[in-house]
Amino acid sequence: MQVTMTVNGAEVSADVEPRLLLVHFLREQLGLTGTHWGCDTTQCGACVVWLDATPVKSCTVLAAMADGRSVRTVEDLEQGGELDPVQQGFMQEHGLQCGFCTPGMMMTTRWLLDHNPDPDQATIREAISGQICRCTGYENIVRAVRWAATHAVSEEVQA
Amino acid sequence: MQVPAPVDYRRARDVSHALQLLDQLGPEARLIAGGHSLLPMMKLRLARPECVIDINDLDELDYIRIEGNELVLGAMTRHAALLASPVVGEHYAIFHDAERVIADPIVRNRGTVGGSLCQADPAEDLSAVASALRANLVIRSASGTRTVPARQFHTGPYETVVGPAEILTEVRVPIRPGAGSAYSKVERRAGDWAAAAVGAFVVLTEGTVANLGIGLTAVGADHFCAPAAEDYLRGKPPTEEHLAEAARLAAESSSPTADQRGPVDYKRHLAGELTLRSLRRAVARAEGRV
Repeated sequence: MQVTMTVNGAEVSADVEPRLLLVHFLREQLGLTGTHWGCDTTQCGACVVWLDATPVKSCTVLAAMADGRSVRTVEDLEQGGELDPVQQGFMQEHGLQCGFCTPGMMMTTRWLLDHNPDPDQATIREAISGQICRCTGYENIVRAVRWAATHAVSEEVQA
Repeated sequence: MQVPAPVDYRRARDVSHALQLLDQLGPEARLIAGGHSLLPMMKLRLARPECVIDINDLDELDYIRIEGNELVLGAMTRHAALLASPVVGEHYAIFHDAERVIADPIVRNRGTVGGSLCQADPAEDLSAVASALRANLVIRSASGTRTVPARQFHTGPYETVVGPAEILTEVRVPIRPGAGSAYSKVERRAGDWAAAAVGAFVVLTEGTVANLGIGLTAVGADHFCAPAAEDYLRGKPPTEEHLAEAARLAAESSSPTADQRGPVDYKRHLAGELTLRSLRRAVARAEGRV
């Protein structure tokens, strides 16, 4: 079947099998490998993308279900050569080690900060509770989110 | 790699169109809403529909409102919307207690009230909540609508009275002024299915329990409810002794099976203990103490 959707602001059309999962569509057909394919069972959250401006686990959405809708992936966080404060925060606070969970963590974080610009620790931990990181113990991820919360969109990384 | 078996995909424009597609495609077609129960089953090949009918465009079923003396939830209400709804919390805190422990925030963005009820997983939380509250479920077909009490909705694990050419459209909960309600769950880790969970509501009149409901999750209770415990407690003052006896009766009415979430005696113990905790909190809320 033919699907047409907006991915990171650009319209894309493709012929897909109806059983194709959104995560595989993004990675394999569009080459957007920033979105990671993890547990396959809706638990780890490595595959989180935005579907119509809401974070979802893309291993549990059919590409067909995104037909006519808009999708935003981690590739869209960087704008005009400048990293999103969320990406800067993960760098500054070492919010990743292996990086596997990072795209999903950052997409959820961006959404959280868009809706709650100054979340406390408990709110951050609740927001990322559907996502698993096996490296950081979450401490640095929470710090990364706080870093992003306290730095305005246009601020440069203090290298 | 988990991938569903080959399947056809159709998208419904509205409820009438969904019913028309169900009628046309036959019993091997399945409605898909959030897809967070059906797609995992399809990936494991435990479900193998010939066609999925996507009902995510059915905005007409996405609402939370008060109609007369009922709280009415459209079947396409997302878990996240239910959790965020002040009007739901005002009348029935049990929904918010339950929603906080249903999967995780990202899953709750997608999963729906109607999808959860129709999946009819024995460990699904809203089934017990609907049973505790004696909700009524509205089912539409091409020939009209019918209303089924929550306690007659499930016919067994993963089975409901919703027919192949029918769609669950809404959940109607009687508003009971002054009611207190609560839901308590034990899960092995954050976001997991319940090892056991219990929801309850009480209405107190002049120091006695005038009305109540108890719903049990994941412990094999018939229709997710505990009528013997309810009958015992009705008309009695909510003393610790009476609540404990009701909890004992609720545990007795459970019929858990052993699995990776625990052995039978442990789950039966949980059924009693969680009944006690939910009743205590429901009473405290009804009395305005919390």
